[in-house]
Amino acid sequence: MTPSDQALRPPQTEHALRADDVQILDEHGHRRAAAEHDRWLEGLSRDDLLGLYEDMVVVRRIDAEATALQRQGELALWPPLLGQEAAQIGSGRALRPEDFVFSSYREHAVAYTRGVALVDLVRVWRGVTASGWDPYAVGMATPQVIIGAQALHATGYAMGIQIDGAAAAAVGYLGDGAMSQGDVSEAFVFAATYQAPVVLFCQNNQWAISEPVTLQSPVPLVDRAAGFGIPGVRVDGNDVLAVLAVTRAALDRARTGGGPTFIEAVTYRMGPHTTADDPTRYRDADELASWAARDPIARFATYLRDTGVLDDAAEERVRATADRVAAELRAGCVALEDPPALTVFEHVYAEPHTGIDRERAAYAAYLAGFDDGAAADDETTTRTEER
Amino acid sequence: MTTLTLGKALNAGLRRSLSDDDKVVVMGEDIGRLGGVYRITDGLQAEFGPRRVIDTPLAESAILGTAIGLAYRGFRPVVEIQFDGFVYVAFDQIVSQLAKMHARTNGAVKLPLTIRIPVGGGLGAAEHHSESPEAYFVHTAGLRVVTVATPQDAFTVLRQAIACDDPVVFFEPKRRYHLKGEVDAGADGGGGPELATAPFMGDARVLTTGSDVTLVTFGSLVPTALDAAVAAADEGVSVEVVDLRSLSPVDHATVEASVRRTGRLVVVHEGPRQAGVGAEIAAEITERCFHHLEAAPVRVTGHDVPYPPAKLEQHQVPDLDRILDGVDRVLGRVSAPTFEEANR
Repeated sequence: MTPSDQALRPPQTEHALRADDVQILDEHGHRRAAAEHDRWLEGLSRDDLLGLYEDMVVVRRIDAEATALQRQGELALWPPLLGQEAAQIGSGRALRPEDFVFSSYREHAVAYTRGVALVDLVRVWRGVTASGWDPYAVGMATPQVIIGAQALHATGYAMGIQIDGAAAAAVGYLGDGAMSQGDVSEAFVFAATYQAPVVLFCQNNQWAISEPVTLQSPVPLVDRAAGFGIPGVRVDGNDVLAVLAVTRAALDRARTGGGPTFIEAVTYRMGPHTTADDPTRYRDADELASWAARDPIARFATYLRDTGVLDDAAEERVRATADRVAAELRAGCVALEDPPALTVFEHVYAEPHTGIDRERAAYAAYLAGFDDGAAADDETTTRTEER
Repeated sequence: MTTLTLGKALNAGLRRSLSDDDKVVVMGEDIGRLGGVYRITDGLQAEFGPRRVIDTPLAESAILGTAIGLAYRGFRPVVEIQFDGFVYVAFDQIVSQLAKMHARTNGAVKLPLTIRIPVGGGLGAAEHHSESPEAYFVHTAGLRVVTVATPQDAFTVLRQAIACDDPVVFFEPKRRYHLKGEVDAGADGGGGPELATAPFMGDARVLTTGSDVTLVTFGSLVPTALDAAVAAADEGVSVEVVDLRSLSPVDHATVEASVRRTGRLVVVHEGPRQAGVGAEIAAEITERCFHHLEAAPVRVTGHDVPYPPAKLEQHQVPDLDRILDGVDRVLGRVSAPTFEEANR
């Protein structure tokens, strides 16, 4: 018998990197021999490498600015990506325009790589709209809040690619917490059964709000894939080159009829779950410090400086770009106005609907009853305050 | 015109939709080789191939979730939920994903997805095979909810549902799959523009005109309501039967016009009473024509209990006698005391 004080305690499995996980730059920024994966990095120019570096610096700056905007009351909420820049930029830059992304809510850097406009990143988090962007304009669905639900959408989209006979792939981003959701297991089943061209990309950032990944799984997450019949690859998620390589390989397999791939990118959420969270209640400062020492941007900077790609002048240009982007984001954010009242009835249905038409008309008439020269689509809160 | 059963009319509607629009795909459990447990998809996989008529693994949430992904890419999926009681497994994908996607993308993403669900009891089935879950979906903004009672409607309304750019929950009264009727498969020509000129699936229909009582129902109980109208006529009571067809949105105008003439409303359905479709119609009609009502609206519904075992289900599903009792009550001819009266 297990002593009762041991009941319901999850095994403390190690979820950090193993020796055979894919890593191209070690924690000190030294390039390792990785012949199998190097071929996916062939042809990367100095500008390409600098571009990856600039991407990571810029998205970290976007993230910091958005966090500040929330602290200043300009955003209702923000889920920071701090620490996950390499996982998101490396995978996002592996994509092509014809691919399609279904993400969770922390993939701001992936959205950035898809060409989502800066201000569009924060519209939803300011609460002024239901949608930041048109998914078809950028090849990326808007963020999914229900954990894991998007894995099925990505898989279904990939089935559509198959029916169309197209050379493209769908990517479903998810987190370590989502690996416990039934929808994610079902996505594995459907992806495997139909050999759908989908890449399920898990950013294992070690934490699902306060729950460590050990609570989600007694085995490394990547090991789950084999049971479904899907190739799984585990990669150092703080190594942008390794993430780029394995994602390119997986996308290539998907586009050429090779079926689905599961990628576990081992990374770390250095910030809170969202700006409403306080991680000091559940995790050690020591743990954070140990992961800060594996910072994805610092590591890549070391490599680029050692190889002569990055110098002070280039660093200065990158920093200036990041500051300009942050200023643009802030200006766009604070200029976003509250929507008119009757917006609430928009887009509920694609075709005319008598029920919603009646409710809209009734509410417009109600608002008009406050008639003090204000049109029905004026801000109700403003009117209330005036009265 | 040909005579078809309701089930065969659904099959014909699916076949026509598949042949008219190559973006239509049909998916579900056992729907391909077997043709569905009720044979509604019989022969479709052989005709259109496994890329268009897709047998899926046994995972309802995934059926809905992948169909959403397919619709995202421009397909028009028609998914079959094998039995009414199995749909709850897919509830998040229907309520949080499918229903909200158009609003959540400010209209950029349309999900023209039809969910076919065999519904209702009366067949002596095992548990989870006899439920009437329509109220959950009627309560959910972004969904349209329809049902049919005749082979012609089965053919036409299903095709309208598939052609609609909104997600539609399409309830099939499985107890009536063998009901026969005339079907004009050319009523909407080859599809396309003519389909739009067919009666819209949102319209209720007055089946028999009457002057004393408006009897509103839908799906499986439409034939029973028509029988009740005949029986009531023998006693000199003139009943107007309205087949609702669309449960969301409800064609309140048709019901209102009828009740303004009769002054009395009885709503009948298999699903539970509390917060059911009957409650919504009774409330709306009371608001719209309070001063035309001669009596409070009466609901004849399933009880607020888990659907009972087969040997008890005759007490759950409203039958001819319970509908006539409802008609009596709305006319003030109380045949049995209400709970409140009995406990006064």
